Amino acid sequence: MQMGDLPDDKGHFGPYGGVFVAETLIEALDQLKAAYAKYREDPEFCAEFEYELKHYVGRPSPVYHARRWSEHFGGAQVYLKREDLNHTGAHKINNTVGQALLARRLGKKRIIAETGAGQHGVASATIAARYGMECVVYMGSEDIKRQAQNVYRMKLLGASVIPVESGSKTLKDALNEAMRDWVTNVDSTFYIIGTVAGPHPYPMMVRDFQSVIGRESIWQMEELTGRQPDAVLACVGGGSNAMGIFHPYITHKDVRLIGVEAAGLGLESGKHAATLCAGKPGVLHGNRTYLIQDDDGQIIETHSISAGLDYPGVGPEHAWLKDSGRAEYVSITDDEALQAFHDLCRLEGIIPALESSHALAYAAKMAPRMKKDQILLVNLSGRGDKDMHTVAEKSGITF
Amino acid sequence: MSRIAATFAALQQHHRKALIPFVTAGDPDLATTVPLMHALAAAGADVIELGVPFSDPMADGPTIQRSSERALRNGTTLRHVLGFVAEFRKTNDRTPVVLMGYANPIEAMGYEAFAAAANAAGIDGVLVVDYPPEESVKLCTLLDRSGIAPIFLIAPTSVDSRIEQIALLARGYVYYVSLRGVTGAANLNVDEIRRKIASLRTRVKIPIGVGFGIRDGKTARAVSEIADAVVIGSRLVEEMEKSAPGKAVENVSVLIREIRAAIDRG
Repeated sequence: MQMGDLPDDKGHFGPYGGVFVAETLIEALDQLKAAYAKYREDPEFCAEFEYELKHYVGRPSPVYHARRWSEHFGGAQVYLKREDLNHTGAHKINNTVGQALLARRLGKKRIIAETGAGQHGVASATIAARYGMECVVYMGSEDIKRQAQNVYRMKLLGASVIPVESGSKTLKDALNEAMRDWVTNVDSTFYIIGTVAGPHPYPMMVRDFQSVIGRESIWQMEELTGRQPDAVLACVGGGSNAMGIFHPYITHKDVRLIGVEAAGLGLESGKHAATLCAGKPGVLHGNRTYLIQDDDGQIIETHSISAGLDYPGVGPEHAWLKDSGRAEYVSITDDEALQAFHDLCRLEGIIPALESSHALAYAAKMAPRMKKDQILLVNLSGRGDKDMHTVAEKSGITF
Repeated sequence: MSRIAATFAALQQHHRKALIPFVTAGDPDLATTVPLMHALAAAGADVIELGVPFSDPMADGPTIQRSSERALRNGTTLRHVLGFVAEFRKTNDRTPVVLMGYANPIEAMGYEAFAAAANAAGIDGVLVVDYPPEESVKLCTLLDRSGIAPIFLIAPTSVDSRIEQIALLARGYVYYVSLRGVTGAANLNVDEIRRKIASLRTRVKIPIGVGFGIRDGKTARAVSEIADAVVIGSRLVEEMEKSAPGKAVENVSVLIREIRAAIDRG
């Protein structure tokens, strides 16, 4: 089987993925699977999706040659896929447009979403406003504290933001709570999962909607440089921006795919969110994948400076790409990510999201050791406006 | 005959319905679980569902979530839970015990090791909320071989083909989720359950239990008129939660006796 053909009909990527949910959700997932199978081939649906991406999201997002930053390394040339320039400031909107169009066709008037950093919540609230749907966003109360601005943005857009107080009060708990809402309101409600995790068909569907990133990159790199990059880098929390840029490149065998996880305070500290680097396979949130867990199978609290990477699981297709060796997974600490954040601000006039700063930081490690005619493409998955408070706090500044 | 089959056969002979309480192992503390199981059996429980706490109980409402969190804070692991059952079996060889929980603690232990340990501990059934039939054929086979019943949920949304698929793998009894939602939610529609159970009986040949949303003697009574077993969980956990320290076992026993009496009132 071609790697690009995965998952199989049951949602498996090798041993990963699948449908691990309570019986109550099976029928809704079967309906979603059938609807998505129908509409992904439907010319009218595809045309509407493309129209929205172009006119509402502002696609294609540019690829930008970060010349000064590259000069600073004196090695490889670094190019940035500017998902930060999308409407709402991150790649998340690509997927919410796709799922909202699907929700409309299924006649669902209420959408729910979970969010960590708030980017997916904002993207969901945005699209709900755009289509006149009710929107409820679940967000861990810890994340609400860290991302107060995004919470306000969601409210401005008309969404209700429900704080989640259970467990570690972060993204995983928000996902649990959204699942509970969905179980209860399954007839009226469409659950827009924000990442390439969850039960089948979500990992596949979110990947497909995000794959526009990689498809554009392929023709843009050809146009700009006459060839494809030596490596494509993206940060990995749940892994949606990475899957989006990786997937069209999977068949380009000579392009290295490098996923960058959050090492937090360092892998040895235990305070990290580097699931693929330091976790082991298990079952959570509807799929089998790598998880950060203890020996008894309990999920452990993760840590990252970026709320969007602070997740103990990862999309099952990444688990498969890791085991099959097609993609490599590495990790970057909070401090390394912050350094890259500041460098990009100063050298390129671009304020990156802290999530994306992890991918940038790994490019910063690789580039100096590479030749000047080599090329790295980094998915700049979001902009850093939402992170002002976190970064300022780290620098000892309060507003 | 398995303990579960023997229990249901005896009940049927006496035209009685099964009462199945659920409690989380390790809540309120590790020392209470085994005495609590004995108290439940003494108060009229026919089968005991013992919750294995998990950090991310996605299908549970706030009451059982809190209960899981308390149990985990007490350090409860799957191995402890197996130990509790082994301890319980030393003096009770009659009351079936069903473990109920989530997939990942079993994944972490490994299927073979779990099936062997569960068998050695004297466990009679296993219900894993997030192992639907299509993802659990291998585990079910191992459990079946060890004489442990794989127990499955059937939801109001389960379509006929799905129910047939579940019926193929299910042993012991099936657990009909009486409402759309998480454990502990309200709004039980008895007429809807009655219709659904009647239709289930054409496809499911083992006893049918009903749970989710049973609050008191009255709802238990209503459900017992149409199902083979009544499962009650959140309400018990709630009772324990509001009990004064040291009083949980006693208060839960009183509640179970009340419900038992309501079900048996013929």
